[in-house]
Amino acid sequence: MADKVLTANRLSDGISVWLDAAGNWVESLQDAFVARHAEAVSALEETGKAAFADNKVVDVNVIDIEEVAGVLRPLRLRERVRAEGPTIDYAPGYKGLTGPVQAA
Amino acid sequence: MYRYDEFDHAFVSARVEQFRDQVTRRLSGELAEDAFKPLRLMNGVYLQLHAYMLRVAIPYGTLNSRQMRMLAHIARKYDRGYGHFTTRQNIQYNWPKLSDTPDILAELASVEMHALQTSGNCIRNVTADHFAGAAADEVADPRPYAEILRQWSSVHPEFSFLPRKFKIAVTGAERDRAAIQVHDIGLHLKKNDKGEIGFAVYVGGGQGRTPMIAKKIRDFLPEEDLLSYTTAIMRVYNLHGRRDNKYKARIKILVHETGAEELARQVDAEFAQLKNTELKLPEADVQAIATYFALPPLTERPEGWANLAGWKKADPDFARWVQQNVQPHKHPDYGMVTISLKPIGGIPGDASDSQMDAIADLAEEYAFDEIRISHEQNVIFPHVALADLEPLYRGLVAQGLATANAGLITDIIACPGLDYCALANARSIPLAQEISNRFGNPDKQAEIGELKIKISGCINACGHHHVGHIGLLGVEKKGAELYQITLGGSGDENTSIGEIIGRGFEPEKVTDAVETIVNTYLGLRKDASEIFLDAYRRVGPQPFKDALYGGSAQEAA
Repeated sequence: MADKVLTANRLSDGISVWLDAAGNWVESLQDAFVARHAEAVSALEETGKAAFADNKVVDVNVIDIEEVAGVLRPLRLRERVRAEGPTIDYAPGYKGLTGPVQAA
Repeated sequence: MYRYDEFDHAFVSARVEQFRDQVTRRLSGELAEDAFKPLRLMNGVYLQLHAYMLRVAIPYGTLNSRQMRMLAHIARKYDRGYGHFTTRQNIQYNWPKLSDTPDILAELASVEMHALQTSGNCIRNVTADHFAGAAADEVADPRPYAEILRQWSSVHPEFSFLPRKFKIAVTGAERDRAAIQVHDIGLHLKKNDKGEIGFAVYVGGGQGRTPMIAKKIRDFLPEEDLLSYTTAIMRVYNLHGRRDNKYKARIKILVHETGAEELARQVDAEFAQLKNTELKLPEADVQAIATYFALPPLTERPEGWANLAGWKKADPDFARWVQQNVQPHKHPDYGMVTISLKPIGGIPGDASDSQMDAIADLAEEYAFDEIRISHEQNVIFPHVALADLEPLYRGLVAQGLATANAGLITDIIACPGLDYCALANARSIPLAQEISNRFGNPDKQAEIGELKIKISGCINACGHHHVGHIGLLGVEKKGAELYQITLGGSGDENTSIGEIIGRGFEPEKVTDAVETIVNTYLGLRKDASEIFLDAYRRVGPQPFKDALYGGSAQEAA
């Protein structure tokens, strides 16, 4: 079984988020809680349903990841783009999902 | 251009307040997602990979500087400093917060804009020739009719829940710059031998997973019957369109399965009931709408001719820009200017807030305050005096907006693709950037001549790949991106759907494949006047298959 994490988009602003071990929705995949066995995956799925029902997040999904040299990496390109942001320099000073860096 | 009347203002404002209430209830948890999703979509709010996306309608691609400044303001205040102009003459913002969207829509309403019917199974933004009103080959300006259709179709109760989305395009010229034959309804404005205005009516065109060229079901529909006949088409579609299968629900499938002749008969039967009812267009109303689209006061500016010759001689870059991006206007002292949103290596269709502000300033100063968005994702100034071209050019250069590539190989259409879109299977923008960089040399582009590359990141074909001279479709195969190449497509008056040339190419190989295709063309064209599309139509796919696959029948299959 591939390792899994729980991901969604935050209701208020739509930003991609992942569930961490403390049950918070965080903006970095690297801080996500990794489920490595079936019981943990079931727990993720339950948490996802509850969070959706609680109107915290939308588009909730359990996704496959792998850990390479300590870095979490989704198996599907779609999820890698979600985790790392657009692969293009869409705005001056763009640095991933944090958005454009303010020029000094 | 059209100005809202009291009814329009009240209606759009009421919709903003209604949506504000819906968003408040959603954020408080009173409304569940399943109930809210169709409501947000009716107001143009999608959820994409990284954030919400707001699609704002630009009716028939026409706007003024005040509206363009508002688009810049929204990019700056509510988004990340840019917007993306689309193949349906709209603009999309990629990062709005749901909680901000009511305020954004209220700001848009203050300049007579909205996001209604930019999503959902309704009649979408009616598109038109971006050179409307200015083109020398035009019979009449298509925009008054597009505006009439917009008013008629806005929250039309009978057509708000169609089997699937519905797109209408209108052109008033023999040269089709609005791709009417790949729309659900395409209208070609023409005059009969008595000099009366009417329409050739095309139905059932479209791209997506089942590309179809529209069938002409009327040679000449009198102007007064525009709404009654369109209503008849919509009724036949609404009744018989395939609601059981999303992938077969567009009118193109109905036309294909019913047959154009039988469909035309059904439409005529419906039309017989509707003709000469309240849907008949009164001539006075048409004239009243048309006055909104009157030409600006184009005074004689003959000094432009001598000025232009001097400027071109002094500056080869300016001369190249005029050659490529300025087209003749119906008034000889004026030109139609394409402001390319395709800088070499840039993102097709993107404009920053400061660029949008600059475009607004330049439009006020040199273009009678008229701006258009083309379905090829560029900005158009339809009326610029030749005498003003040089100062306009200087203003565009300062903003990185003077790329001289309109219609050339680097003037690429690309959808947002997997960098943003929740439906995409592969990225479009990085491929467009790589091709643009590969062919960015001005001399190389000029040598290649007119060549339209169109890229879609999934089969839904927002990047119009089916009608690209070279079309590139991104798919996902075994978890990786792969690009399928089609050749010979075209979205003009001689519309054709591109043919798949063979097996797809990995991302690192597809630009080489495009170069192979281009080099093959350069080697076999009769002379420089034979553009890629004409050469392809003359020789067919085989020389290109041979060049790409070395004659391997299996790979080219």
